[in-house]
Amino acid sequence: MSAKQIVMTLMMLAIVAASSLVLAAEMPERASLDSMAVLFEGVEFDHAMHIDLGEDCSTCHHHTTGTGTTNERCIRCHADSDEVATVGCRDCHLDNPFSAENINREALDRYQFHIDTPGLKAAYHWNCVGCHEEMDGPTDCQDCHARTLEGDEFYHKNASATGKSGH
Amino acid sequence: MSGISRRRFLAASVAGCAATTLAGPKKALAAGSFTGYPDGMGVLVDLTRCIGCRSCEAACNKEQNLPAPDKSFDDKSVFDETFHGGKQKRRPDENAYTVVNRYNPDGSDPLYRKVQCNHCNEPACLSSCFVNAYTKTKEGAVVYNPNVCVGCRNCLVACPFGIPGYSYSSAFDPVVKKCIFCHETRLKNGLPPACVDVCPQEALTFGKRKELIKIGHQRIQTHPGRYVNHLYGENELGGTSWMYLSPVNFDEVGFDPNPGNEPIINNVKDFLGTVPMVLAIWPAMFTGFHLLAKKREHDKNNQDTEKQHGEEGGDQ
Repeated sequence: MSAKQIVMTLMMLAIVAASSLVLAAEMPERASLDSMAVLFEGVEFDHAMHIDLGEDCSTCHHHTTGTGTTNERCIRCHADSDEVATVGCRDCHLDNPFSAENINREALDRYQFHIDTPGLKAAYHWNCVGCHEEMDGPTDCQDCHARTLEGDEFYHKNASATGKSGH
Repeated sequence: MSGISRRRFLAASVAGCAATTLAGPKKALAAGSFTGYPDGMGVLVDLTRCIGCRSCEAACNKEQNLPAPDKSFDDKSVFDETFHGGKQKRRPDENAYTVVNRYNPDGSDPLYRKVQCNHCNEPACLSSCFVNAYTKTKEGAVVYNPNVCVGCRNCLVACPFGIPGYSYSSAFDPVVKKCIFCHETRLKNGLPPACVDVCPQEALTFGKRKELIKIGHQRIQTHPGRYVNHLYGENELGGTSWMYLSPVNFDEVGFDPNPGNEPIINNVKDFLGTVPMVLAIWPAMFTGFHLLAKKREHDKNNQDTEKQHGEEGGDQ
């Protein structure tokens, strides 16, 4: 094997590795949805399994990637929308939708159509629980994410143990 | 003399005075009606989104340092609690500034409604408070100063939503207790209230009130059949900072379906507008009558005396 052949082989290998890395970055097998975890643990999301279950990418990703949207309302503007650079939920759904900064920005932008985009927490819960209800998936809070000790305290876990009646 | 006679000048002056007196109170009333601060904040409550998790109750309890609850906040048995012969569901009180209640209109899937102060544009509690304990802040919250509250409980009677609670348990310093929109710890610093922050479903949307009105109507329009075509609180009782969207008629989920669009204060404004007039004019007017009557009597007495003097003089 000549030096040239070795270099070529290495280059080919590098290209294959790089493209699979890009694919992996574009379509993760698993995702940790834990950016807001305080009262509950984050969710270890099995992306690969959900890809097998889902009809197409737009079920979760709207018009941003893959198959594009088929929703009749969205398609009026987004029929030919390009794929966007980042397709994670949190790239559009803010984890602090009601910060003063976000509220003032939305109030100032007169031409914005999407004035009612849900925040990240709502986007997760609507998308996941909505589908789980239809597909008989798990729907109890702790089926997807266990409550933390802070959460136990927050909900006064031990209050009922006293057996006192309410009010 | 130029065109105006003394008689016409006097007549015009009298007419002018009368017009000013009559128009005065009307003008004052117009200036007195208030539709909320321009950048006041609010919350849009969407009943189709609420799942009855009670996290908002837990968040309120923590944020406002309220006493530990009798049942944990994930205990759903509270939805079965009723009071006053089964008619009354849970209400906010001194230990809980917000509660969530469950409704089953026509036996379908349950609906949940969060109850708390609606932070009226023209609050009846504020109008009824004679020590001025209440304030409607520019951020939209209706807050109160417990240090001046004398415990008269007029506000409990005045509130059309039955919201303010009272610390009956405190023997020495009982005061009114209610939701203050987390004004001190959050709202005035540009943060959403604790209940909004914790809601997993975004059943509570925080924003400028005028933007929330747009969002509310947009939701009704873009989801035909999901909501009844009404944004509760947009106009009710002069408008409230907290507003509601519902999939069923509002009376089926515990709302007063038709409280009217006039603020409570308007029921008594006309009467109260006459009070200064009565106080200012009646004393002068009746003093005048009194003096006139006295003067006539006095003059008559004088005449009689003079007459007597005259008669006495004539005898001599």
